[in-house]
Amino acid sequence: MIKILLFAELEEKTGKRELSVSMEMTVEEIRKKLLKDYPHVTGLASAMAAVNEEFADESVKVRQGDLIAFIPPVSGG
Amino acid sequence: MTVKNFEIIEKPIEVDHIIRKVEDRNAGAINTFIGTVREMTKGKKTLYLKYDAYIPMAEKKLAQIGKEINDRYADAKVAITHRIGALEISDIAVVIAVSTPHRADSFDASRYAIERIKEIVPIWKKEHWEDGEEWIGDQLENNAYPLGVPKEEDVIDD
Repeated sequence: MIKILLFAELEEKTGKRELSVSMEMTVEEIRKKLLKDYPHVTGLASAMAAVNEEFADESVKVRQGDLIAFIPPVSGG
Repeated sequence: MTVKNFEIIEKPIEVDHIIRKVEDRNAGAINTFIGTVREMTKGKKTLYLKYDAYIPMAEKKLAQIGKEINDRYADAKVAITHRIGALEISDIAVVIAVSTPHRADSFDASRYAIERIKEIVPIWKKEHWEDGEEWIGDQLENNAYPLGVPKEEDVIDD
């Protein structure tokens, strides 16, 4: 299982902080799946992705047991 | 308990506690940056803020900023604590303490840390106004992106 984390606006608009997928996919494929499931959450298209707490490119393969997070533009400080 | 120099917490930040983490006999300066919750932004009145974070990654990224500072400024010691949850006007959201042998580096490193926090640390703030609320969507605190995508002129190269 691959755990997906959503934050801020993404969490609010999907109503989910945590989701999961069972198949191994690339970051890009997971992003596309989420956009298909939640077409109104346009922020998913531009959010950065992190795999296992490190920023990751679209081509990175997300494996069983991995954790992928979608990170909208940050505003800490 | 080991001292954590890079921390996300939900309770009020004790500034002295952060400063103590960077004390050093060879330090000639400790620069402390305190980020607080502002009431008025471009004529809009904030009632309170809510911060959220991807805590484990945020702490990792704060530690990375500390390492970047160590690479740039010799013998620097860094501690950063960011608070999350509901914060009121004037509450302390972030404290950065940097000690260095000479004062110039401590000013520069502290500035470097706050700018990097706004770039790479997964922390988000939601503004609550009298007439609404919104997740603030960029690192410069100036614009929210209702569509989730920054306009081209808002994208910074650096």
